[in-house]
Amino acid sequence: MIPVAFDYHRPASVDEAIELLSDDAKLLAGGHSLLPAMKLRLSSPGALIDIGRIAELNYIREDGGTIAIGATTTHQQIASSDLVSANASALAQAASVIGDPQVRNKGTIGGSLAHADPAADYPAAILALGAEIVVRGSDGGRSIPADEFFIDLFLTALAPDEIITEVRVPAADKSAYVKFPHPASRFAVVGCAAASAGGAVKVAFTGVANAAFRDSGVEAALSGGLSEEGIAAAAARAADGQEVLADHFAGEEYRRHLAKVFARKALATIA
Amino acid sequence: MGVIGQSIKRVEDQRFITGKGRYTDDIALPNSTFAALVRSPHAHAAINNVDTTAAAAADGVVAVFTGADLEAAGVGGLPCGWQVDFKSGDTMKEPAHPVLAATKVRHVGDPVAIVLAESREQAADAAELVVVDYEVLDAVVAATQATAEGAPQLFDDVPNNTPFDWELGDQAATDAALASAAHVTTLEYDNQRLIPNAIEPRCAIGDYDGARDHYTLYTSSQNPHVIRLLMTAFVLGLPEHKVRVVSPDVGGGFGSKIFHYAEEVLVTWCSRQIGRPVKWTASRSEAFLTDAHGRDHHTRVDLGLDADGNFVGLRVKTVANLGAYLSTFAPCVPTYLYGTLLQGLYTTPAVHVDVTGVFTNTTPVDALRGAGRPEATYVLERTVEQAALETGRDPAQLRSQNFIPAFDGVEQEGYQTQVALQYDSGNYGAALEKALAAIGYDELRAEQAQARAAGNGRHIGIGFSTYIEACGIAPSAVVGALGARAGLFESAGVRVQPTGKVTVFTGSHSHGQGHETTFAQVVADGLGVGIEDVDIIHGDTESVPFGMGTYGSRSLAVGGTAIVKSMDKIKEKGAKIAAHLLEAAEEDLEFAEGSWTVKGTDQSIAFGEVALAAYVPHNFPEGLEPGLEFTSFYDPANFTFPFGAHIAVVEVDAETGVVAVRRYVAVDDVGNIVNPMIVEGQVHGGITHGIGQALFEEAVYDDSGQLISGSYMDYVLPRADDLPSFETDHTVTPCPHNPLGVKGAGETGTIGSPPAIVNAVLDALWPLGVRDLAMPLTPQKVWQAIQQAS
Amino acid sequence: MSVAIKVTVNGQTHEHEVEPRQMLVSYLREELGLTGTHVGCDTSNCGACTAIVDGQAVKVCTMLAAQADGAEITTIEGLAANGTLHPLQEAFRETHGLQCGFCTPGMIMAAWQLLERNATPSDAEVRHALEGNFCRCTGYDNIIKAVQHAAESA
Repeated sequence: MIPVAFDYHRPASVDEAIELLSDDAKLLAGGHSLLPAMKLRLSSPGALIDIGRIAELNYIREDGGTIAIGATTTHQQIASSDLVSANASALAQAASVIGDPQVRNKGTIGGSLAHADPAADYPAAILALGAEIVVRGSDGGRSIPADEFFIDLFLTALAPDEIITEVRVPAADKSAYVKFPHPASRFAVVGCAAASAGGAVKVAFTGVANAAFRDSGVEAALSGGLSEEGIAAAAARAADGQEVLADHFAGEEYRRHLAKVFARKALATIA
Repeated sequence: MGVIGQSIKRVEDQRFITGKGRYTDDIALPNSTFAALVRSPHAHAAINNVDTTAAAAADGVVAVFTGADLEAAGVGGLPCGWQVDFKSGDTMKEPAHPVLAATKVRHVGDPVAIVLAESREQAADAAELVVVDYEVLDAVVAATQATAEGAPQLFDDVPNNTPFDWELGDQAATDAALASAAHVTTLEYDNQRLIPNAIEPRCAIGDYDGARDHYTLYTSSQNPHVIRLLMTAFVLGLPEHKVRVVSPDVGGGFGSKIFHYAEEVLVTWCSRQIGRPVKWTASRSEAFLTDAHGRDHHTRVDLGLDADGNFVGLRVKTVANLGAYLSTFAPCVPTYLYGTLLQGLYTTPAVHVDVTGVFTNTTPVDALRGAGRPEATYVLERTVEQAALETGRDPAQLRSQNFIPAFDGVEQEGYQTQVALQYDSGNYGAALEKALAAIGYDELRAEQAQARAAGNGRHIGIGFSTYIEACGIAPSAVVGALGARAGLFESAGVRVQPTGKVTVFTGSHSHGQGHETTFAQVVADGLGVGIEDVDIIHGDTESVPFGMGTYGSRSLAVGGTAIVKSMDKIKEKGAKIAAHLLEAAEEDLEFAEGSWTVKGTDQSIAFGEVALAAYVPHNFPEGLEPGLEFTSFYDPANFTFPFGAHIAVVEVDAETGVVAVRRYVAVDDVGNIVNPMIVEGQVHGGITHGIGQALFEEAVYDDSGQLISGSYMDYVLPRADDLPSFETDHTVTPCPHNPLGVKGAGETGTIGSPPAIVNAVLDALWPLGVRDLAMPLTPQKVWQAIQQAS
Repeated sequence: MSVAIKVTVNGQTHEHEVEPRQMLVSYLREELGLTGTHVGCDTSNCGACTAIVDGQAVKVCTMLAAQADGAEITTIEGLAANGTLHPLQEAFRETHGLQCGFCTPGMIMAAWQLLERNATPSDAEVRHALEGNFCRCTGYDNIIKAVQHAAESA
């Protein structure tokens, strides 16, 4: 299938890319969410701004107890990074189960986060790890806490004139991401990330609701610690009070059940 | 000669592993235009108007045609190749199937207009500019709703959306047997709709040559001659000798590329209109909507057993969803390829089947790998296993005790079933015994008992399927009497070149089956030449005499036999030439290992020398024509009947409902085997397709007739990490009525595996109280069944 | 508008003006005539279009030709070196790892990536590494054997 015609720009820098942004333009990084949508003509931007070659956006480095990841870093790079695995294993695990090897070779963390598919893998890990999304726009830069980033179905706190430049992930003591993949799309039917840092445990879900979310109910119930009983009791509260997605493959009741099961699995992994 | 029965590496592989295969979309003709189709977004709607003005004026557009244009030009509708009349004797209702819908659309994807442009991009852009004024009508989707009071009607001339109904067997005897049975097992279920998904999307190129007034159609088809016949005689009214149909390399068919599709007609006709080649390649989205789908039965079955577990009667009632139109072979799939197989491997003395075919606002349904026989096997094997579970009998033993005793079709007669067919030869117990031994049945049952006793949450299940299928399709007179509008013979031309090299022109078509190797083995064995000295030509009506094509596991049994017949004629003529050259009597010669030898002497002459003499006939038998080439047509005496025993071992994760296939043993009997490697490959692929049906695949429509599972984001094709490694073996019961003794191997796995998997899951969950599950066994469905049972 | 690109495909350099919306797969197939790379879907799932771009297996139905500017690309046609088949190509024939052949080029390219990253994979790792490639013919079993055969012979 063939996209509607568009103009193509390949800026050399982030600033140049920001200048090119407009209502009718979209950023192209790995292209593995955008191009399929354009081929099906579900999306037809007038211009693409290819930021895939901007070298200043591709890196993984340690920055004072935080892992800084450039926006166009690929899933493959993140999944195979020792630095990420050692300090934020939930993120590496999430990266390693996105799509398939070819998709992971091209897809980028910035692209995935900006697209905000409700069943994408990263958001759960980003939330549980308490990451920050660094963005730059025509009025300068800012840093958006993960808790404020995912708003709704394909909707984030990113302004139209902003570009994600970096994801900053604080090192966690332990973290894990576990997933029940849709057997066709391999997106998360339910994905759960859990992370412990300095005694506090955060738990987040993807695939369960319109947007990825921190599960405060589960987190609150974990005050008793990560004993087997404590985990069971906390996991039993997974997605309580959440409006839950339902489709042919997984209705609400089943999805709620899976959320509990995968909360337990994620927590057991970091216990 | 030792080449039969050898796992010779495939000769066709060289081009595929180097990227040099030539599929239809790889063909780029000079000056070609590209077609895009405008398709209905509605399941059911009247067409008030089609406005092509903007599209025709768009950049690069060469022409736009609508259904009205085709009607005005006298283009006919797509024909149906099989007639199944009503039980009452009334003629099958056969509504028009327009190439482009002019007045009404009946499923999402029904084509309305075609746009031709200089590039694919321009065609796609312009197609969006065609404005169709639809008046949306209520749609009917489910087979069980099609005949309901007040259901939307697809055709004015087909009351109750019912083009035919059909029955077979002795109803009174069956009802009586069931009434007096000690136990009756009843199931009611949907055998779900599947989407074929050959990985190569369909493609067609029309190329009209005005100078010769000659048409060429390149198409991704399993049977180019059939397409030519249907298109020229019934749709376009073209002189058949002026039309060439080429099916080059084809990337899988599985049935979906048997049928004559609208796009084949369109590119051919349009090429004539514009005087340029026209190319159309399906997108995967189009493939989901327009490749004929498979299965989609709603069935109720009752199996009666006496107190000793002997089957006394089987009653089957099925509503078959045919989709929106009668696809090429649609009527025969839920009737003659289904009802006639309901004897299974069993001696059940009374069998009756009743089928109603119905139209709905969905993609047409036709043959898909197995075609009718997977549906029949599912009826039998699910029900037999259910009966075993219900009555506490061992499922292997229950099958064994009801098996038809072994018969070879030579010393012992073929087995006459209650449902018309006469099986050729079979030894069903032997296949089951071999499968039981391979899987280690007693140890498995012990492991299962242990796991259950331990209550450790490991839910292990063992499931059986002992199946039979009718292949080697088919004796023309028999199928003709049953409504087929075509013969089902096969042809083969065998040309011995002057140097003794051999070119074979076969009407079978290879789209993955490896004919270029298997047929070469047959020829190498028959003529005593090297495999490298044989070339197999297929897929071109210009070079191949005639062909009915490849489906129904028929190629080797029917097409291979046609080759053998031509080789027999070559050897007969060769013997005359050899006798002349050796100055011996013909009856004193024997042919072996590529030479004619005077019996009891060392006087011999090689095949190559005889071939040369045939083309340089300086010293030649008087009155004998030069040359060494024969064409034969073989019409089989009967179907062939492969059978087998499959055993699946599954483990169910009760917490998530996920089913893991731990082991899969298949013991198939396909008669004699020419290339074991290729047969094993066919079995693997078939099993996977069947596991796909059992666990993953499902065409889902919403109530308005929109296909929900219309892409690989929703429709689950089995992948490498969904599957175990397969354990395959075979028994050999030769087919008694063809010279190769072969039965066919292309569909065994697809037919055998779905009930084996489902039975295994039921076996695993029976102690939890789960009593039935409908395919596909998705995690949610399994989990819900466990919840409801406990 | 059109975009000027320069790519090296199977060792040969090509320069073309392409429409921005032209996918790399259509550039390879239609401009360069390298029809060994196939298109089996429109949602980046089936993997039939897999080629190697700058050392990485990529579904080139989901990459613009413009994005490939400056890239070094290997397609199935370029895998054999000087007429000698790559061990993976040999292995697919040896173990009957293909039937209709349509998925085969993409499958071989995905397997190439796996073996480049993991020279001695387990069967489970091979199955997992091929999750982005569909085959409707073989049931995958012989494909797994092919990859292992190639791993052993490398």
